[in-house]
Amino acid sequence: MKQRLDRNTIAMRAATELKDGDYANLGRGLPSLCALYIPEGVIFQSENGLLGYGPLVMEDEIEKAELYYVDAGGRFLTPAPGMAVFDVVTSFVMISSGRLITILGALEVSEKGDLANWNAGTDALGGTIGGGMDLAVGAKRVIIAMEHTTKEGKPKIVNECIYPLTAKECVDLIITDLAVIEVAPQGLLLREVAPGWTAEEVQALTEPKLIVAEGLKEIEL
Amino acid sequence: MKNKVFASFDEAVADIPDGASIAIESWGAPGTAQNLVAALRRKGVKGLTLITHNFIPTLFSEEEALFSSALLPQLKRLITAVVGIPQLGAGAFVKEYVEKGLEVELTSHGVLASRLYAGAAGLGGIYNPVGVGTILEEGKEKRVIDGKEYILEKPIRPDYAFIIAQKADKLGNLVYRGTFRVNQPVMAMAAKVTIVEANEIVEAGEIDPEHVVTPGIFVDRIVEIPQEGYGTAKRSKELVYRLGEIEIARKMLFR
Repeated sequence: MKQRLDRNTIAMRAATELKDGDYANLGRGLPSLCALYIPEGVIFQSENGLLGYGPLVMEDEIEKAELYYVDAGGRFLTPAPGMAVFDVVTSFVMISSGRLITILGALEVSEKGDLANWNAGTDALGGTIGGGMDLAVGAKRVIIAMEHTTKEGKPKIVNECIYPLTAKECVDLIITDLAVIEVAPQGLLLREVAPGWTAEEVQALTEPKLIVAEGLKEIEL
Repeated sequence: MKNKVFASFDEAVADIPDGASIAIESWGAPGTAQNLVAALRRKGVKGLTLITHNFIPTLFSEEEALFSSALLPQLKRLITAVVGIPQLGAGAFVKEYVEKGLEVELTSHGVLASRLYAGAAGLGGIYNPVGVGTILEEGKEKRVIDGKEYILEKPIRPDYAFIIAQKADKLGNLVYRGTFRVNQPVMAMAAKVTIVEANEIVEAGEIDPEHVVTPGIFVDRIVEIPQEGYGTAKRSKELVYRLGEIEIARKMLFR
């Protein structure tokens, strides 16, 4: 078996998409790991009404947990200089006015950039919507950080999403353990592959046809 | 000066009838008006409509903390963006009530906030692009405006809102604390009657006018949280340590 990037390395690659001065909202799971690798000057937003917070509190430092400051997932975080608190209406105006970049996880992404990431079943109560739909529609840029295939080895980049949609035609860039793929007007553009992988091998694990970008290269961190 | 300060939570909720609609924020225990939730449970009214951003089971005992979900047996209808915790089977905990007739209307956090704003502002609805192509558009009017698709989302105007504030003055001006402001300001504006539990009630003039978040015109009743009540600083700090003892919580809430 060829080596794939581990979750932290996917997060590290996704983090390179953010620059000093960007405002970012990170989804739960893999995307939240990006916080560890993001360059200085990136300001985090949390949809429960917080901008510019510091690192999350680690499991072994509960005494540091600042009772009145949690992120949207309820995780404790440390206040940072210049932090702002506000209500949820203001928070979702930040999201819907296209001022933020978001990094989200996904169950499936379609050829057109449709995103399914809130419910892995057919029952509407089998998942939670939260603020994911708002982020997917409103963000300036939607970056997906995920594994390329399911645990069973099936492609997560598909012709049409089977799972309930989060939003239509919203994804800009997909970063996986095998590749970096841009959702472009002409189709899915394969820009980077994991070290040791070929475009053909990535294609074999991807349902829609990939267009190999000029200057295809190995993923660099 | 009309007195807005009530002596007890039970008196503050005394006129809430069966079938009322109530907005209650629930984004973590210290951000939930837990004492008012407890009073509504004691009152035992039925057939309620609950509007809440997150409808999640508490990981604590009922003596330790109450979320808006503590009202589950009293509900007829639920409007929310989150039912349950994904790691704990999401909405599985409401299924037996759904089978007995509970209606659940799912929405997103942002759409819910905008619908409350529409209710507060007296608007007939909001055309929102969020949810196009998803389950949120089912049964709703859609419209193309300047080439882009939108869904008509109806306003929400609850009969009551339960609010927790850090501090209230006797005129009802409110200050919140940290991230537990959440969507309470617009809930207070949208509701016909807004009931506040405050960690501290002070005289008019003791809150700097520049710091008022919710002006008193939106607040009808205020009750001070007693030492032994839910949501005191001491009790909330104890909850943080309790979270550290609950394995699933530790995994979810700490890195």
